[in-house]
Amino acid sequence: MTTEKNKIEISGLDLYYGKFHALQSVSMPVQKNLITALIGPSGCGKSTLLRCLNRMNDLISGVKVTGKVLLDQSDIYSPTFEVTELRKRVGMVFQRPNPFPLSIYDNVVYGLKVAGMNNRKKMEEIAEKSLMGAWLWDNVKDKLHHSALELPLDQQQRLCVARLLAIEPEVILMDEPCSALDPIATMKIEELMLELKKNYTIVIVTHNMQQAARVSDFTGYMLLGKMIEFNVTKDIFTRPKEKLTEEYISGKYG
Amino acid sequence: MKSLSEKGVRRILMAVAFSAISALLLITLFIINEGVPFIFKYGVGNFLFSSDWHPQQMKFGIFPMITASLWVTFGAMLLGAPLGVAVALFLSEYVPRPIMRIIKPTIELLAAIPSVVYGFIGVIVLAPLIRNYLGGPGLSLLSGSIILGIMILPTVISISIDSILAVPQSYREGSLALGATTWQTINMVTVKASKSGIIASIILGLGRAIGETMAVIMVAGNSVNMPHSALDSVRTLTANIALEMSYATGLHRQALFATGVVLFVGIIILNSIASIALRKRMVKG
Ligand SMILES: Nc1ncnc2c1ncn2[C@@H]1O[C@H](COP(=O)(O)OP(=O)(O)OP(=O)(O)O)[C@@H](O)[C@H]1O
Ligand SMILES: [Mg+2]
Repeated sequence: MTTEKNKIEISGLDLYYGKFHALQSVSMPVQKNLITALIGPSGCGKSTLLRCLNRMNDLISGVKVTGKVLLDQSDIYSPTFEVTELRKRVGMVFQRPNPFPLSIYDNVVYGLKVAGMNNRKKMEEIAEKSLMGAWLWDNVKDKLHHSALELPLDQQQRLCVARLLAIEPEVILMDEPCSALDPIATMKIEELMLELKKNYTIVIVTHNMQQAARVSDFTGYMLLGKMIEFNVTKDIFTRPKEKLTEEYISGKYG
Repeated sequence: MKSLSEKGVRRILMAVAFSAISALLLITLFIINEGVPFIFKYGVGNFLFSSDWHPQQMKFGIFPMITASLWVTFGAMLLGAPLGVAVALFLSEYVPRPIMRIIKPTIELLAAIPSVVYGFIGVIVLAPLIRNYLGGPGLSLLSGSIILGIMILPTVISISIDSILAVPQSYREGSLALGATTWQTINMVTVKASKSGIIASIILGLGRAIGETMAVIMVAGNSVNMPHSALDSVRTLTANIALEMSYATGLHRQALFATGVVLFVGIIILNSIASIALRKRMVKG
């Protein structure tokens, strides 16, 4: 694990929801252009950890975070780090597809408009490129100005990926992006992730261990707010160092 | 036994509903019956577009009153709608939820204040201010608009907040996660997603403003002249009916009923325009 290539470095991260200690001294690297998976039983803090990386937890009142999260060596929790800038660099795909109640086109260019772009021609180009990047172009090219909510769920989720690609983030966070999708749509998203990792660094939370095994390069196993084991995915699944990890991957936990 | 009382309750409710609806229908029919023949006898054009209202001389032109009603309502909306929506957005998006949940019922309570009280405040506070700083008699189109604008605030705010709160949190999260600021999120997502409710709140406010009588009588001055500026004293359609009905007889009385018909039709037209606009926007959004 060479530090050079670490896109993100989490060290000694603690998070409290009020009095509840949800993350306990978590440390983990995220390497550039690789896929890092977070697995663990329900309620262990995977989403919480993921939402620390783009500071979405700031939106919840009563949250306290201590420790460090470095993005390209600068601390995203330092007061001088602009949170809107952070979120443009570290994008997020949510568990349930959440396209805006706008047209497909307006969804894709949303981030561009937010960033102040108003060159129509350029936006159209980027929209096409992003929809292609999310493998959605062929499905929607004839109905760009229809409501995004008319799309089937899996296409909605890929639209959410496309609207991220439009603003060219450096890191993409995905919180169980397939849990609302059927197996075929899931496979498609997984293939898409493998394609995306050429240009993006990806962190994915998943309940599905096969999925972590299939797509990720590194895997972190969490339990009750602690990072139990972090390693190359193959090693986690074939020869885990910790007994707790072994119990989980052999199916003794829910 | 149970089904018997069930049936009984249904019968009672049906009877109540039926009598309520027929009472409303009867009132409507009565007004139309009293007013419409007069309009045709006197002449539609003469009645609507002449500026002479001199009941003693049998002159019944309500154009100044129509103008006054439209301007007072327009002014009230100009003030109340943007202000109400802005307050609703502020309370629901910037103020912490627990505090908002205290403020909102307090604002709703303002809707329960009788309109005489608003009118009283208008007479005591607002009219002198306008008279001293802007000129004119004080009791004027402007003071009517301002008082009505304030009176519709609770309606606009409360219904707007409800529709803004109904916007799924996931929209906001999606927007913020793309690097949008709170204001960008409100402007580009939240308002669009709650548009129909916001427009509904404005339509309800409009209905309240155009039908309000007591407060307007107290603050608008009530002279039957064509207004030339916002500082002129005006009489609205509602005020005209309320002020003269108690002593009107014969043709004069019929003219007042006809004024009611005009008001009735006017409200229907304004409401339909508003709801057509609403439906169009919903299809587009
Ligand atoms: N907003 C919140 N306020 C208080 N406690 C919270 C909040 N969000 C999460 N928690 C608690 O923090 C712990 C971790 O939650 P988190 O959502 O990160 O778990 P998770 O691993 O993502 O679970 P799942 O697999 O079910 O999504 C849980 O015990 C949860 O109850
Ligand atoms: Mg989760």
